[in-house]
Amino acid sequence: MRRAGLPYLLLLPAVLFELLVHVVPMLTGIYMSFKHLTEFFIRNWSAAPAAGIDNYRFALDFNGAIGRQLLQSFWTTCAFTVLTVGLSWLLGTGAAVLMQDPFRGRGLLRTYFLVPYALPAYTAAITWEFMFQRDTGLVNTLLVHDLHLFPTAPFWLIGGNSFWALLITAVWRTWPFAFLVVTAGLQNIPGDLYEAAALDGAGTWQRIRSITLPQLRSVNQVLVLVLFLWNFNDFNTPYTLFGNVPPPQANLISVQIYDTSFQNWNFGSGSAMSVLLLLFLLVVTAVYLLLTNRRGKADA
Amino acid sequence: MPRPSRGPKPPRSPLAPPASFVWTRRIVLTLLGIFTFLPLWVMVSGSLKPLKDVQAAWSWIPANLTLRPYVDIWSTVPLGHYFVNSLVVSSCSTAISVVIAILAAYAVSRHRFPGRQLFSVTVLSTQMFPGILFLLPLFLIYVNIGTATGVQLDGSWLGLIVTYLTFTLPFSIWMLVGYFDSIPRELDEAAKVDGNGPIGALVRVIVPAALPGIVTVAVYSFMTAWGEVLFASVMTDDSTRTLAVGLRNYASQNDVYWNQIMAASLVVSVPVVVAFLLLQRYLVAGLTAGSVK
Repeated sequence: MRRAGLPYLLLLPAVLFELLVHVVPMLTGIYMSFKHLTEFFIRNWSAAPAAGIDNYRFALDFNGAIGRQLLQSFWTTCAFTVLTVGLSWLLGTGAAVLMQDPFRGRGLLRTYFLVPYALPAYTAAITWEFMFQRDTGLVNTLLVHDLHLFPTAPFWLIGGNSFWALLITAVWRTWPFAFLVVTAGLQNIPGDLYEAAALDGAGTWQRIRSITLPQLRSVNQVLVLVLFLWNFNDFNTPYTLFGNVPPPQANLISVQIYDTSFQNWNFGSGSAMSVLLLLFLLVVTAVYLLLTNRRGKADA
Repeated sequence: MPRPSRGPKPPRSPLAPPASFVWTRRIVLTLLGIFTFLPLWVMVSGSLKPLKDVQAAWSWIPANLTLRPYVDIWSTVPLGHYFVNSLVVSSCSTAISVVIAILAAYAVSRHRFPGRQLFSVTVLSTQMFPGILFLLPLFLIYVNIGTATGVQLDGSWLGLIVTYLTFTLPFSIWMLVGYFDSIPRELDEAAKVDGNGPIGALVRVIVPAALPGIVTVAVYSFMTAWGEVLFASVMTDDSTRTLAVGLRNYASQNDVYWNQIMAASLVVSVPVVVAFLLLQRYLVAGLTAGSVK
């Protein structure tokens, strides 16, 4: 009798905390998105008037100010995520594969490449913020003064360039994670596959193409999904880089929702936007898993 | 990782890689090395410059060296106070989170019970929720719990600790299940023969055997809590402000003390970076064990 209950007892703390911090708030968030919840109702939010689907109508009314901003930040976030994930994956996989065979200094270099990932996100972003300063930063010294690529020093943290500043900062922090995961994945590839290929006379490049990359498929499936979810939801980097009011060209959706909720004290709208974001992520994840699993099966 | 002993014998490929491969490797790794290096150099050299030098155009090599920023950081903003807050919040959430994860992973790894699959899937899928989605409701729930019971969660250490400990639970459980699965069942049986119950077996056999995995999970949890900005920016007040939010205050002074900001960034980064780099070997091993499943 006691034996049967034991696993549940062991799981109880994990379940309780997940319920308190994730599940109940999520359900509450969905409920809140149907309320006119403003700062007047924070201590007694069940008294907030019902809103029906007003919050969603405002969020999705792309002719109104709120909807237009949300749509723009959605597209910005999409572009940012695709580029960050693509570049980070490319750099991480490239470096990991190039470093698969031992050479002198490999261990040290691996450790060195992981430093950006080990740094707290905000210190990395603060340092890049300093580097991107127009008159005192390293980036303009390098590009304008040393390499003469621009006639006058450009602004990096306001205007159109802010998107690239954000992207570079995010890639700098993200690619080492891809590198770490792919490095771990490479150690799971059985050595005899390589021995067989070597006997067949396959060269280094050929082995990378025909063994290493296909063998990394299942690792990549998870890696790309995780990178996508993290970057789409990223708040730390843009918030640290730009503060409360990001330039519109680098306004990621998390910061947009944050501003709607905590700067404008409109929790109802903020919740509706969060729910829409969650739905979008669910659909993308489901489609992604469906497609990658099917392709994996078709190839097998 | 076994290192090849001295000598030109490469362990895997009997053929030396072609020159094209060696040159690609050199060029790519050099470029990545420079990319990685630039911010680290800015942090170190910037923290050693006097204020007037960081307010002028950037110079690669500091003309004047000073340690003043490392002294001044503690008085410009209450950095020591933020440090203590971060330390308390991160340590407590890590400790609690690791214990909870060990219990849950033990259940999933060693017991077959109805709902096992459901538990794993649900826990992993909470990873997908955008933080911003449960930030607002969680904030309101904490405020209302405070109003109803007098236990203040918003703006207190406790609220942040409870929040952070759940952030890493899914990853920790997933990773520890992988580790526990790789420990032979015979060890459990042996412990049982010695008169241990299931908890005794967990504490005396499984935990020692999975120690590298547990340490890795702990470091990961600590790093996550140490670097979190979003919840800290909403759920702390002046007395519980953590480093993640507190560092912004250097920028809101009359002068932007970039040299002090770099010094402070370095000081708050060193503990986690050192811990992470010392343990990265285990992290790679842990990721490998986890993905075997």
